[in-house]
Amino acid sequence: MKELSLNVLDIAENSVKAEARLTEIRIDETDDLLTLTIQDDGRGMTSDVVKTVTDPFYTTRTTRKVGMGLPLLKLEAEMTGGTLTVESRHQSEFPDSHGTTVTAVFHKNHIDFIPLGDIVSSITTLIQGHPDSDFLFTHTLPDKTVTLDTRALRQVLEDVPLNSFEVIQWIGEYLNEQYEIKSGKEEQYEVIG
Amino acid sequence: MKSLAELQAIKEKMKDKVILREGANNIRVVVGMATCGIAAGARPVLNTLVEEVSNQGLTDKVTVSQTGCIGICQFEPVVEVFEAGKEKTTYVKMDSEKAKRVVEEHLKGGKVIAEYTLAGQKL
Repeated sequence: MKELSLNVLDIAENSVKAEARLTEIRIDETDDLLTLTIQDDGRGMTSDVVKTVTDPFYTTRTTRKVGMGLPLLKLEAEMTGGTLTVESRHQSEFPDSHGTTVTAVFHKNHIDFIPLGDIVSSITTLIQGHPDSDFLFTHTLPDKTVTLDTRALRQVLEDVPLNSFEVIQWIGEYLNEQYEIKSGKEEQYEVIG
Repeated sequence: MKSLAELQAIKEKMKDKVILREGANNIRVVVGMATCGIAAGARPVLNTLVEEVSNQGLTDKVTVSQTGCIGICQFEPVVEVFEAGKEKTTYVKMDSEKAKRVVEEHLKGGKVIAEYTLAGQKL
């Protein structure tokens, strides 16, 4: 992938497909580390399946026998000296606390680090495609935190769908404004939720 | 500065529209958004389609949605157009510029752009 944000879009699709009600996307950045966490409350996977998910020859897709999503993310993390871990609790064993957490750690100063790219576009694309799922996005940078919780938006919108063009456009602008705001001015911002 | 009050205003404006729109859409545009599609550039194609459909005032007529792997990964980004009573159109190797033309000429103008279709490719 040309941007890590495209991997975010790709991996979060797995959560929606696993019938997650809430998918959390967390990006934590320090000066030299970027930690990406995608955590869902979907049906989860058994330990046997977890062992095979980073193998390109394991996939849930039916059109082909090769799945590249997680293997690609693993390769991209490991190329920078980082790691990928997948933890999961299948609903058959954990009826009340099932779900999957994918964590990828990247060394940002490594020459093979792929930049995050247009993460706002990935978040709006996810919501556009899955207006009935909830997403909690938190990007923690050294000087600011950017967040979006679709549950709070849904409360305001009631039965207006989240994928209405005007709403998607608002979400994009809302996130971009949070990125543009200079550090120390966050208190001017209306806290949602 | 974006605020939830602004979102509230969007909701008030949209409320009546939503009821009118139920079942009115008769063109369905689907973009392949599996790993293959995303890696090949499906995200900007989808975003252009969504934006242009709105710019051209086609939101009552056209829905844009996402799907998984369509099965022809070497032709991604792939966009399929479904119209009631017509054969499905499969556009391949799409980009933002092509997507813009599809909205104008096909979705608005009703004319399939043959050179962008799977059938129009030299195999």
